[in-house]
Amino acid sequence: MAKYLLRRLIQLVVVAFIISVLVFLLVHLLPGDPAAQILGANDTAHNRAVLNKQLGLNLPLWHQYIFWLKGVLHGNLGQSYLNHTPVTQVISTGWPIDLELIIISQVIAFAVAIPLALITSRRPNRPVDNISTTATFGMLALPPFVIAPIMVAVFAVGLHWFPATGYIPFTQNPATNLHDMILPSLAITAGSIAVYYRLFRSDLISTLQEDFVTMARSKGLSPRWIMWRHAFRPSSFSLLAAAGVNIGALIAGTFIVEFLFAIPGLGYSLVQAVNQRDYLVVQGITLVVAVAYVVIQFLIDFLFTVVDPRVTRE
Amino acid sequence: MPDDRELSDTRSGGRLLGDQVPGLAAVDELVVSRQSETLDSDDVLARKPFGFLFWFACGWVGLVVLAAVLANVLPLPNPNFQNYNALNAPPNMHHLLGTDDLGRDLLSRLIFGARVSLVVGFVSVAFGMLIGGTLGLISGYKGGRLDVALNAGSFVLLAFPAIVAVIAIVAFWGQSLFKITVILGVAVVPLLFRVVRASSLSFANRDFVIAARTMGATSARIVFREILPNVVPVAITFGLITVAGVIVIEGTLAFLGLSVALPTPSWGNLIAEGTSNGALSTNVYIMLWPVISMFLLLLSINLIGDRLRQRFDIREGLL
Amino acid sequence: MKARLKRTGGDTLEFKDVGHRGEPLLVVDDLHTSFRTGRGTVRAVDGVSLTVDEGKTLGVVGESGSGKTVLSRSIMGLLPPRDVIKSGTVRFAGHDLTAMDPVQLRQVWGAELSMIFQDPMTALNPVKRIGVQITESLRLHLGMDRSEATATAIELLRSVGIPSPEQRIRWYPFQLSGGMRQRVMIAIALACSPRLVMADEPTTGLDVTVQAQILDLLAELQRERHMAVILVTHDLGVVATRADDIVVMYAGRIVEQAPTKTLFKETRMPYTQALMDSIPRLSDPSGIRLHAIAGRPPDLIHPPKGCRFAPRCPYAQDKCHQSEPPLRTAGSPDHLFACWFPLVNGVSTAPGMSSGSSVFGVSGGSGTPGESADASTASDQVPPAPWSLADTPIDPDAGLEPS
Ligand SMILES: Nc1ncnc2c1ncn2[C@@H]1O[C@H](COP(=O)(O)OP(=O)(O)O)[C@@H](O)[C@H]1O
Ligand code: SF4
Ligand SMILES: [Mg+2]
Repeated sequence: MAKYLLRRLIQLVVVAFIISVLVFLLVHLLPGDPAAQILGANDTAHNRAVLNKQLGLNLPLWHQYIFWLKGVLHGNLGQSYLNHTPVTQVISTGWPIDLELIIISQVIAFAVAIPLALITSRRPNRPVDNISTTATFGMLALPPFVIAPIMVAVFAVGLHWFPATGYIPFTQNPATNLHDMILPSLAITAGSIAVYYRLFRSDLISTLQEDFVTMARSKGLSPRWIMWRHAFRPSSFSLLAAAGVNIGALIAGTFIVEFLFAIPGLGYSLVQAVNQRDYLVVQGITLVVAVAYVVIQFLIDFLFTVVDPRVTRE
Repeated sequence: MPDDRELSDTRSGGRLLGDQVPGLAAVDELVVSRQSETLDSDDVLARKPFGFLFWFACGWVGLVVLAAVLANVLPLPNPNFQNYNALNAPPNMHHLLGTDDLGRDLLSRLIFGARVSLVVGFVSVAFGMLIGGTLGLISGYKGGRLDVALNAGSFVLLAFPAIVAVIAIVAFWGQSLFKITVILGVAVVPLLFRVVRASSLSFANRDFVIAARTMGATSARIVFREILPNVVPVAITFGLITVAGVIVIEGTLAFLGLSVALPTPSWGNLIAEGTSNGALSTNVYIMLWPVISMFLLLLSINLIGDRLRQRFDIREGLL
Repeated sequence: MKARLKRTGGDTLEFKDVGHRGEPLLVVDDLHTSFRTGRGTVRAVDGVSLTVDEGKTLGVVGESGSGKTVLSRSIMGLLPPRDVIKSGTVRFAGHDLTAMDPVQLRQVWGAELSMIFQDPMTALNPVKRIGVQITESLRLHLGMDRSEATATAIELLRSVGIPSPEQRIRWYPFQLSGGMRQRVMIAIALACSPRLVMADEPTTGLDVTVQAQILDLLAELQRERHMAVILVTHDLGVVATRADDIVVMYAGRIVEQAPTKTLFKETRMPYTQALMDSIPRLSDPSGIRLHAIAGRPPDLIHPPKGCRFAPRCPYAQDKCHQSEPPLRTAGSPDHLFACWFPLVNGVSTAPGMSSGSSVFGVSGGSGTPGESADASTASDQVPPAPWSLADTPIDPDAGLEPS
């Protein structure tokens, strides 16, 4: 167990290192003098000198990287050249919003997908099953930028159930915050429901055909007990893996809904920064999101060791 | 829609992942293999027909492709021509799908917008398949140090959330049709590499390959004559599903205003245009047409991919 | 949605000691089981009747695909109802299992009637500790609490020969060897002291020495607990020393049925004879190819019209292809067989077969099926025998296992 996690931890560090190198090199994708590009209209000789010093741009490349990495590890990602806010501050106000969106959507997705799969997998190809399977197949073709506008048109503009834009922090008014988050969360939930349902259903169906389920039946256990205590766990491995893979799609989804509903999360800040050529903000958010993504994958690997005893003991 | 009548079909039918997930660069590991060794013609004849929906899906994809290719010769107004006499017009004889708030013809914008999605989708996957597929084919057959290195490399690249990487590169490098296509083409290389490699690996030790080897066939000959024909169905099926994934990523970028620059229409920025600044309450058609078209396009590609996978008897699994 | 480990609904069934009333423990009468498939109806079990007395062992033997697994699952009532057509009755300890509802059946399963599966790797839940897999039935059927059940499970594991059961109880199946896993499975099946255990190829995946140990263990536990066992196998050698009676199945039907000794001494069915010949013998030099029966079992969707074995039977005559031989007795009433031209002292009574040599000509599976099916000429074409049945009588008491 410890050995397995250690190995994964080393992998995590290596990948994080490679990510940091690539993100660092982004600045050098800019044509011409990076400092001039980054400063844009605010360009003065003094500013440029400050930035060159801050980024260490006059040093050799690998030296620059060490310099930059040191800053990053000390929590210094540079500052926005528009309003001089530190990038870390942009990130620290943004990430809780993304997390909230992702958590709400995932809770809903699992709460819908798992019970539905438990019901339909017991009797495959009945009407309920056929309807769910067809509906989720359709939902696979509804990425957030397609379904969110439809939802806004129907529930915000048409029915006035929810505001079309706007954001009130959770700390300020939890009830309003949650109410306003419903529509954005639902918009990124559709894909997750479809993926989780389809995967869990087909895995349950194959698990229920396993010998050990027949064995459990031959012990006289009730169908419900067999479903929960014998079939559920062995069927959940791909579900867990899918949840990990799905984080990528969710990040894209939060960017879409933050942009659409003007919710000031990381995605909103990122898109604004790109449009305003605020390069250090783009670089900082990219680094943080990419590393967070890798860490989440690591956590999911850890969950695997909890769910499947074979992972670490074999 | 997918009629999973038999349990064995449902088993594979449920594992549609890559097609939905825009972060498809993150699909961790796909184990892909085909059950039957080769496609012999008797088998093909004995299989059940594709069905009405499959041909309907092919029809829709074909129609979109055809319209996009012929956009310049079709009798359409310039997509950026502003007809001030018809602002926010509903569908009518002159503008079959209506006009937007600047009086631009929505049908024309829809058709020209399709070009972006399709070019980015198909060209980048073709590029990715050329590089990733070739590497995967060789890596899977040869094994050894090359395989270990490429495999590790693909894992690292897949550890990036695709959307963030693409946005960052677009931000620093610039946004044009060419650049977006290249970026997404590179982004799908590790994914297609893994798929083709897994498939190639599953054939590398089959009897007919070993037989060819003992008869003294060169590696190149084995890879291209024996393995490639068997890998092609897997590559086509997954390539198609990847096209859907890339179209989703491009649409996401375009929606955020980070794909091809305005005023060039693309489905993603058309949807954004039709959703923002109160456009929804004044003229819902701006958003509606690209939303419907995109939904049908993705649905059709998924459906075709799903049917092809059933037909080719491809089993895939995560992990 | 919470699942509880408790018997729910239905009255508690009472199991009478049927032995005293002269009724066998298990009475299967004219059991048919078919599967509806895309290609047609598969008649996997086609009219099987048998009985098992309390404490006795019945061996069920047949090639793979002859319907043994379907038979044992049909007797238990374990087959999922979808696309399965069943008829006939199964009376167990005075109750008609075929008439029971699912709730009642669950009171019987595991408690009075349990099952040992062929492959313990797939039949044990891979992600549950073996202890839990044993205590489940104890808590369900015997109403034990957790600690009581755990203590009992440890004793059970000890009794099936698992060393240091206190630790092993927390292990997962993949941490055990194949033999150990099968012992765990036996412990699970016997946990509630059932009266009848169905063992479906319990040792097929194991190597020979482990096979013998497991079968001996089963026999010993059976004696201690006075339970009946249905031992299903494709290997006549496995049941030769262990079964009281043997039923030979072919293509979903019983083709010969007799007390073990009688079956070996007075084999009547050519198919049984062929199975006997495929028993590996210790005296054989290692590596010798066993005599496999040429050809394959018939298609169960369209079985042959007459005797189902006729396409592969070297003695087949016109009559065999025309009409099906009934299961009948000749001589002793407990010896039944279905053959028009039964063997007598290893020699067929078919016309033209009096030369005293037997004709199971093909071995090693290399023969072409259906060659002898050409009935009109079968009697003229007597291929030379590579071995002689009459020379190699098998003594069931000789002991086929290494000692
Ligand atoms: N669920 C099923 N659907 C259709 N046919 C089946 C099913 N289960 C078993 N059969 C068929 O029934 C026959 C008997 O199978 P089985 O009882 O497993 O044989 P054995 O255990 O003697 O090897 C086989 O021909 C098999 O193909
Ligand atoms: S002799 Fe005839 S009836 Fe007897 S087994 Fe052979 S074919 Fe069947
Ligand atoms: Mg069997």
